[in-house]
Amino acid sequence: MKKIKNKKPDQITAIFFLAPSLIGFSIFFLIPFIVSIYYSLVDSPINGTFCGLTNYTQLLSNPIFLRAGFNTLVFTGISVPLIMAISLGLAILLNNSIYGRNIFRAFFISPLVIPVASVVLIWQIIFSYSGSLNSILSVFGLTPVDWMDTNWARLVVLVVYLWKNAGYSMVLFLAGLQNIPVQYYESAYIDGATSWRCFKSITLVYLTPTSFFVFIISIVNSFKVFRETYLIAGSYPHESIYILQHYMNNMFSSLDYQKLTSAALIMAVCIVALVSFLFKFERKISRSIQ
Amino acid sequence: MKNTTKKIYRKSALTFLVCLVAILFLFPMVLTVSNSFMTEKEIEQNYSSLSPTYLSGSEDETDKYVNLKLIPDEVVLKQYYTVLVKRLQFLLMFWNSVILTVPVILGQIIIASMAAYAFGKLKFRGREQLFFIYIITMLMPFQVTLVPNYIVADKLGLVGNYLSIILPGIFGTFGVFLLRQFMVYIPDEYCEAVRVDGGSHLDIFFRIILPMSKTGIASLAILVFIDNWNMVEQPLIFLQDVAKQPLSIYLSVVNSGEMGIAFAASTLYMIPMLLVFLYGENYLVEGIQLSGIKG
Repeated sequence: MKKIKNKKPDQITAIFFLAPSLIGFSIFFLIPFIVSIYYSLVDSPINGTFCGLTNYTQLLSNPIFLRAGFNTLVFTGISVPLIMAISLGLAILLNNSIYGRNIFRAFFISPLVIPVASVVLIWQIIFSYSGSLNSILSVFGLTPVDWMDTNWARLVVLVVYLWKNAGYSMVLFLAGLQNIPVQYYESAYIDGATSWRCFKSITLVYLTPTSFFVFIISIVNSFKVFRETYLIAGSYPHESIYILQHYMNNMFSSLDYQKLTSAALIMAVCIVALVSFLFKFERKISRSIQ
Repeated sequence: MKNTTKKIYRKSALTFLVCLVAILFLFPMVLTVSNSFMTEKEIEQNYSSLSPTYLSGSEDETDKYVNLKLIPDEVVLKQYYTVLVKRLQFLLMFWNSVILTVPVILGQIIIASMAAYAFGKLKFRGREQLFFIYIITMLMPFQVTLVPNYIVADKLGLVGNYLSIILPGIFGTFGVFLLRQFMVYIPDEYCEAVRVDGGSHLDIFFRIILPMSKTGIASLAILVFIDNWNMVEQPLIFLQDVAKQPLSIYLSVVNSGEMGIAFAASTLYMIPMLLVFLYGENYLVEGIQLSGIKG
């Protein structure tokens, strides 16, 4: 009786509470997204005629797009595992008994709140050809490296990304670590397990759910590295760090809407596929732990 | 006894290790702040090798590289004087950043808390699917909806107007996601109690959910603040008028002849963020943790 009474009003109230968000969401995200699908299927933005998947096939044979896509994959592929390892390391360090733990936690998170634009100058000073990194290399008698205009540019972007985002993942891991009951470790020690064994069989296993979210968030943040790259190196950086967002931004400047929307949709489809896969996988894994 | 000294050694060694890492993390910020107090001449000396004229011109070996200095020879406030008093451009752009940030924070809190209540506490058809769409939207890079967004802004006559950035910002789905994560954990019994007393959903929302979500809302405010204060892509597309752009854009194009000013401006630009951080670190940490809870 109560259930029937509860069910119907919820639907109407839900619409009431959702309406403001849903209207704005539709105008600024959903409809634009559908419009993008239209643009990706016509041959010209003004009075275009339907041209099937031509834009997509053209895009997939366009060397610059492929380059940008490849770079995005490489960067995400390298940076995400690396940031997970580093932030887990930091979290474990902070989870130990050390002096001034809270201050250090604040230090590690601080890059997160510092505006990208405020430290761009510092990155330029460090990594330019006559910058301080080469100055240090020259002290050791090594030849200077052109950090921004060779494949080393990847390393520069990687450093900037790690510096900025490690704190975020660290906080997530720290919370995960604190949720593992101490008794697990105690009983493992009593059974004579080494600390490596404990790390492998307790810490890593119970951090799996946390790791999934760190993984997703790290991927998202790896896309956001465009801001840094753009501010340091402009619209046309060295080809090794030219990523999909550069491509899309430049297509926008040259008013090539069809290419842009096709590229955007390819990227969107990849993200949706990846996230759905991860969510499914996560559900399976957490079920097997519990 | 022996055991405790061993423990102290271990603790000190670990602290030392953490300290080394922390120095790397703090270095860029500290350097920016310390350089902002240097004289123009000192900056010029330290960084002359960075300017493009160097590459084509002199082969003077002595200042081939930049000279990183942490402590100024002479502490002056001249750069700040230039930025704050002599050039109104800076204050104008700082104000632009404020205009682009504050309405988004307030708007997103209102819109998102309502939607989050629906997602977190009400049962309706298609809830999971819609929430998944919201999450996916949150994960997309800005460029994915760039063109259509531009077209929408154009149709509404908003290009060149702050609203072209503020409105999509207000309806960003991150807030809905974050607050929903928070509200799900508010026990249903509280809501039931209000219902038994004859209260409506509005009563539940205003008397239970909102007051109990204060921490979540504070976390959201900080995270949205960070994101919007950092804004780069949107102003580049939507605000062609330089006078309307936020400080984040200006700082990236400031030329090397004005590095001293850039350091001072960068420092000033950090201050609001650092204040928020000092005051709300725990909210920030909680917000981050909330974003990582499954549910």
